[in-house]
Amino acid sequence: MRDILPELLRWQRAGKRCAIARVVRVEGSGPREPGAAMAVNESGEVVGSVSGGCIEGAVVEEATEILAGRHEAGVVTFGYSDDDAFAVGLTCGGTIHLYVEPFDW
Amino acid sequence: MATISSELRAAIDAGTPVALATLTEGGRIGAKLLVYSDEARPSTGDLGNPELTRVVARDARGELAAGSTVMRHYGPAGQARQAEVSVFIESFAPPPQMWIFGAVDFTGALVSVAKALGYRVTVCDAREVFATTARFPDADAVETLWPHELLERDGAALGLRDAVCVLTHDHKFDVPAIRAALATSVGYIGCMGSRRTHEERAARLRDVGVADAELARVMSPIGLDLGARSPAETAISICAEIIAIRYGRRAPSLRDAKGPIHEERPLASRSSEND
Repeated sequence: MRDILPELLRWQRAGKRCAIARVVRVEGSGPREPGAAMAVNESGEVVGSVSGGCIEGAVVEEATEILAGRHEAGVVTFGYSDDDAFAVGLTCGGTIHLYVEPFDW
Repeated sequence: MATISSELRAAIDAGTPVALATLTEGGRIGAKLLVYSDEARPSTGDLGNPELTRVVARDARGELAAGSTVMRHYGPAGQARQAEVSVFIESFAPPPQMWIFGAVDFTGALVSVAKALGYRVTVCDAREVFATTARFPDADAVETLWPHELLERDGAALGLRDAVCVLTHDHKFDVPAIRAALATSVGYIGCMGSRRTHEERAARLRDVGVADAELARVMSPIGLDLGARSPAETAISICAEIIAIRYGRRAPSLRDAKGPIHEERPLASRSSEND
């Protein structure tokens, strides 16, 4: 999160609402370590990354749902082995758990 | 009003070790606790239960000391061996340090690669003409001192995540530098020079009382056996060696090989001649 924190604080100062996704656990082969983070603001601007580009699109959707109040903050899981929950997966074969929440702190 | 995020940013900018704990499942989801390694400094925030907050603060200091970022599980009041509550603990330790001795041709390239890897880089050379910020604009600090003087002054700050690279290849500087580096807890010591320079240097180090077991800590000649020639290639071979050692992987180091450090010409240009 260290790398995106300055941008998050700029958004916060500018009054832009945003949601942040952080990698909290990786099983098997995953491209980024726990702590890797990305954020999406209400204008649709994105900063950071949580994988090698495999799931960023789905993370933007989840963040948008949270900003719209349709989803609660919580842990979401992306994995190659997931049959139903997510259409996108990781080509590396690993599983990534992300904690996604509004950046209101 | 100061937010937890702005307090976190201020701590990171000040180089203060800090951990951020976030409750992610099984309680007040999103609750946060900012914990400092300094126990005298109070934490900011709470996790919704005083006992959970106390236990997580203690564990966060442990994770911070190890520089690790992990998910941990507790009972609702911080009980061990229960897992209803998940807390993500993210450590923000100050960046690792690389000290580069010798303001030579290779130094600038090594500064660039080390910066890309997130090191705080110090360049040190006793020669005032060479050790200038103008020559190493990307370095975080430039010191005009003998290497061993810097190591004796500030070496106690070096730890397992840090690196010392001796590029002077001048025995006058190298020998006291390596001896002083061996007295620190630094995780990586690499030393540049040809195989002949290395042999002479090792002999001089033994002469001043450095034991073979200590010498075994030194990666000399420095770097992986990549056939690197240019400053940029050499910088990558050095940093790649540091990465391999950090993760305990075996990659072919120059120290453990024999024969010339550089090939006469790269294979690619040789094969094109055969066409």
